[in-house]
Amino acid sequence: MTGQNRTLLVTIVVLAALFAFCAWQFPFVLSARVIGNLLTDNAFLGMLAIGMTVVIISGGIDLSVGSVLAFSAVLLSVLITKRGVDPTFAFVIVLGIGTAFGALQGAAVHVLRAPAFIVTVAGMFLARGVCFLLTEDSIPISSSAYQRLTDVGLPLGGGGHVTLSALILLASVALTAELLRRTRFGANVYALGGDRRAAELMGVPAGATTACIYAFSGFMAAAGGILYSLYTQSGYPLAGVGLELDAIAATIIGGTLLAGGYGSVWGTALGVLILGLIQLYITLEGTLSSWVAKIATGALLLFFIGAQKLFSQSSFGPRLFARLSVRGGLNHALSTEQPQ
Amino acid sequence: MKTGDALPRWAPPVAAMALVLLIDTVLFPSFFQIRLVDGRPTGSLVDVLIRGMPVALLALGMAGVIATRGIDLSVGAVMAIAGAVAANALAGGAPWTTAVLCALAAGLACGLWNGMLVAFLKLQPIVATLVLMVAGRGIAQLVTGGQITTFDDASFAALAGGTIFAIPAPILIVAVAALLLTLLVRFTALGLMVEAIGVNPRAAELVGINTRSIILAVYALSGVTAALAGIIATADIRGADANNAGLWLELDAILVVVLGGGSLLGGRLSYGLTLVGAITLQAIKTGILLAGLPPQMGLILMAVMVSVLLVVQAPALQQRLHRRTLRKAAS
Repeated sequence: MTGQNRTLLVTIVVLAALFAFCAWQFPFVLSARVIGNLLTDNAFLGMLAIGMTVVIISGGIDLSVGSVLAFSAVLLSVLITKRGVDPTFAFVIVLGIGTAFGALQGAAVHVLRAPAFIVTVAGMFLARGVCFLLTEDSIPISSSAYQRLTDVGLPLGGGGHVTLSALILLASVALTAELLRRTRFGANVYALGGDRRAAELMGVPAGATTACIYAFSGFMAAAGGILYSLYTQSGYPLAGVGLELDAIAATIIGGTLLAGGYGSVWGTALGVLILGLIQLYITLEGTLSSWVAKIATGALLLFFIGAQKLFSQSSFGPRLFARLSVRGGLNHALSTEQPQ
Repeated sequence: MKTGDALPRWAPPVAAMALVLLIDTVLFPSFFQIRLVDGRPTGSLVDVLIRGMPVALLALGMAGVIATRGIDLSVGAVMAIAGAVAANALAGGAPWTTAVLCALAAGLACGLWNGMLVAFLKLQPIVATLVLMVAGRGIAQLVTGGQITTFDDASFAALAGGTIFAIPAPILIVAVAALLLTLLVRFTALGLMVEAIGVNPRAAELVGINTRSIILAVYALSGVTAALAGIIATADIRGADANNAGLWLELDAILVVVLGGGSLLGGRLSYGLTLVGAITLQAIKTGILLAGLPPQMGLILMAVMVSVLLVVQAPALQQRLHRRTLRKAAS
């Protein structure tokens, strides 16, 4: 069993324990309706976290996703409400801009050899600033087509629905997992995160792959913006402030190594559900304030970072053994030299 | 880079500051006018200095952390914690000195926590400080009980609004802090050691530098300066706002360090230039307001600034410049 699988196991155990605790306190949590809503309420965060996972596996980070989400939602509302653009066409525009924006950031990370963190902070400022240039108020999206989209869903029994947003989230998780597992691009992502120089020397096209990775994250952030606009039926320039941190937290809680090279999208999906459950519990409890969620998220982060540290060290057993035996061999060599 | 005609390290940051101040003066001719009103200096420049001080304090701590190739994302949250602790102590009837000491102790504890995670558990700085960035605001809300704690203590409020010999207190605090830190790192080997860790951590350890203690110390210092910034921010509004105190200021602080010639790849430490960076950033923000542009333009302008800095600092460009100077020297 690799370290990655073990951290994923920890994630599953934490999720199960949290869910059991919620169900024990509030038995109706077990209903299909609540579970369906849990997916819908966290769909936009899930989209960001999927993109973030790919970026983090490649050894980077993308802090611009929260702003790109807000920008996409605002642009959608401006296009649809003020310009009367057809929603489908507006979706294409928004996804295109998000992807291009991400690709630009990826290219900058590669060409300028700059820390991804600082490049995407610039992207974060830029996207948020453009949001405010477009509008300073919340713009409602008044389109009958939009209303219909939110009503689409698979009945889950017991009054629950798997809404369109939830379906898109689940499909994205499955597709991205396959993308990472079965394609050359996926292998390149892991290779870059494992050891960038080694990957380049082995012929991984670092520049193109980096651009694609950030373009993917930008695409997912724009898709998250679309889901967010479906969820709130509006565009608001202050939406999703700090959401990038939640996405990073979900990724780490899902067992992805922030150093890169390890991780899975399925784990991230579980991480998103854990964050969603914490939020749900606080809402149901009613007397707790939002600080509980922040401290709980921080504590979970610490716990998972610690667990990763522990597991990655023990899973590197062979390497540790090799190091010890080299040292032993050296000592042996030194001690045999001495008698002469 | 020790080429013959390479610019000294202080030149680009100072030139950038001069350029920004010049633009501000063109936009607003009375920018440099300072008038004494009731014994307090007033004017745009004084305003720039006072407004920029909390970020300058954060940046002073951040400069040391970045010089060791680290990053401290938690400074904004630590500001909120320190402010909450101070306001809570004052609201409980404690004298202002106790409140300040409690807040500084809270900042030190936060800094030591970060430093411990980075130096002893060997976590990546960005991950280690992310924990406190996420949880810190929650802790601050825990301290204030989710309310905006207000207090009425003239001595404590004077830390932000008072003057000593007609110099506003925040400016004095920052100047003294920067001076002490500069003396500390330039008249001992500490500065050299910090930069050595940033250039090559492993080599620094091999030549006998106690990297763990020094890394612990730079994060602890960052916690303390963040607490100082939190104290000033709290004194300024006479209340602690756990949600908004220092929000996103960690990004400003990082930008200030880079504007002051620091490299995110570590190995460069100058507290004086960090102050230059702080003044540059605040002068830009004030300039946007004076020019009558919407404040949201500030975000876009900051993005442009970061991009320009990244291009200028890019290794590819640096190498090309380096090669050109070498070729010139050869011919």
